[in-house]
Amino acid sequence: MRYGRVEALERVSFSVRAGETTCLLGDNGAGKSTLVRILTGVDRPTAGEIRVDGERVEFESPRAARDRGIAVVHQDLGLVPLLSAWRNFFLGAEPTRGQGPLRRIDVRRAAAIAQAETAAMGVELEDPDRPVATLSGGERQAVAIARALHFGARVLVLDEPTAALGVRQSATLLEQVRRARERGVGIVLVTHNPHHALPVGDRFVVLRRGRVAAQLTAGDASAPRLESLMAGEGP
Amino acid sequence: MGGALLVWAFFAVVAGGPFRGLDGTAAVLNAAAPLGILAVAVALLMIGGEFDLSVGSIVGLSGMAVLLLTRHWGWPLWPALGVSAVLAAGAGLVNGWLVVRTGLPSFIVTLGTLFVFRGLTIGSARGLTGRTQLGGLGETPGYEAASWLLGSQPLGPLRVSIAWWLAVVVLGTWVLLRTPWGNWIQAAGGGAESARRAGVPVARVKIALFVSTALAAWLVAVMQAVRYTGTDALRGQMQEFHAIAAAVIGGTLLTGGYGSAVGAAIGALVFAMVQQGIVITGVDADWFQVFLGAVLLAAVLFNGWVRRRALSAG
Repeated sequence: MRYGRVEALERVSFSVRAGETTCLLGDNGAGKSTLVRILTGVDRPTAGEIRVDGERVEFESPRAARDRGIAVVHQDLGLVPLLSAWRNFFLGAEPTRGQGPLRRIDVRRAAAIAQAETAAMGVELEDPDRPVATLSGGERQAVAIARALHFGARVLVLDEPTAALGVRQSATLLEQVRRARERGVGIVLVTHNPHHALPVGDRFVVLRRGRVAAQLTAGDASAPRLESLMAGEGP
Repeated sequence: MGGALLVWAFFAVVAGGPFRGLDGTAAVLNAAAPLGILAVAVALLMIGGEFDLSVGSIVGLSGMAVLLLTRHWGWPLWPALGVSAVLAAGAGLVNGWLVVRTGLPSFIVTLGTLFVFRGLTIGSARGLTGRTQLGGLGETPGYEAASWLLGSQPLGPLRVSIAWWLAVVVLGTWVLLRTPWGNWIQAAGGGAESARRAGVPVARVKIALFVSTALAAWLVAVMQAVRYTGTDALRGQMQEFHAIAAAVIGGTLLTGGYGSAVGAAIGALVFAMVQQGIVITGVDADWFQVFLGAVLLAAVLFNGWVRRRALSAG
């Protein structure tokens, strides 16, 4: 992938399988964000191709990627802090009832679905009406992930999900990833922290300066090995 | 809500009978109605994350348009009302388009249009008629129907503008809390980037909000023009600040994403109570601005405290 004269990514190739978690590791500047932007339809690759279900696709926009089932949860979770969980959940896709000028949001259905889907991620929302700012980081992440899954994500890209979480909440992330995998979703977990990737990943792709430094399976991966690969020392 | 009761109680004691009685209450409601209509529209815009400082100028522009069309060019009243509404909506579109296109803070953009619209009002009035005060609307064909709809006193001393105010509050609350648009308004103000990513047409929402504040200004202008059978090039001056103050007193956040139409209505009520209370008490009207500023500051502090409590109780 070339930006002007800068080769941001070169000969990067990897695959994501349903029910599997692929961790994308790399230090800052390794090319992780570029790769995420290509995967999610924000940028078009200058070379190479993307295949979904074996079929070659091109994403003209983020919406096109989303329609193909590739959803991304960014670091900020894409939530509006002062809005309630159910309003966030259905933002831009509010369920309605009634016709014409009396068309209104089906509040009861929206709240019920939001509550149920978030519970399926292991988080009980006692009051789906409360602003999400009052929820913990892990609870907010559950809402964001549950939303992506509800609207048909088949590949879930988690962009630096642990960056804003504390130690205990990183454990809830593990739980949420596990539940998403059980639903047959393929997960791409982007992080610069091997310690967060190890408990979760089935496969590890290490990027260094725009190239793939190594692709490892869970058996071969360890924190020291991943760290040295990211830093550029040894195999 | 509690604050409003406090203010009422204060004046009920200090101003006594005239304030508490029917005439006093009617005076408060009549004064609150036009401000209340503006405040609801302005509150919705603020919830959507923007300001409209040109609202008062659009009041002046709309009123002058009606008077020029009818008295200078001889139009009947109802087509003049229609055209002036389109003109006001156009002003709102200009505001919205400028804010969305330039990315400048709406505070700055509408500060500019405040002067442009006011200048257009004064300039066109003086240029076409040599005067800045126009009257005689009562002789225009169609006046009686308009007067009944917009300027009458159907219930004792209570004016029909109060009914319009109520309708605007109901409509505003409905849109904000019960429709997808309302969700989009709150998201546009409280998290525009996340809203865009979710597919909310943020730019379109903001432009629509600017058009709605402009139309609210038109409604107020037209009610005043019909009631006084005339207008003045300076009509509406300062109303933008009063409307924002009323919205803020009623709990709307300056930073966007939170607020209510009912709150803005209550804010307008508080405003009117202070206004009428001072008049009735016989205190020098100059002190009105001191009072207003104090109430505004107190309301913002109180609302901030309440919100912090609500957000931390989780």
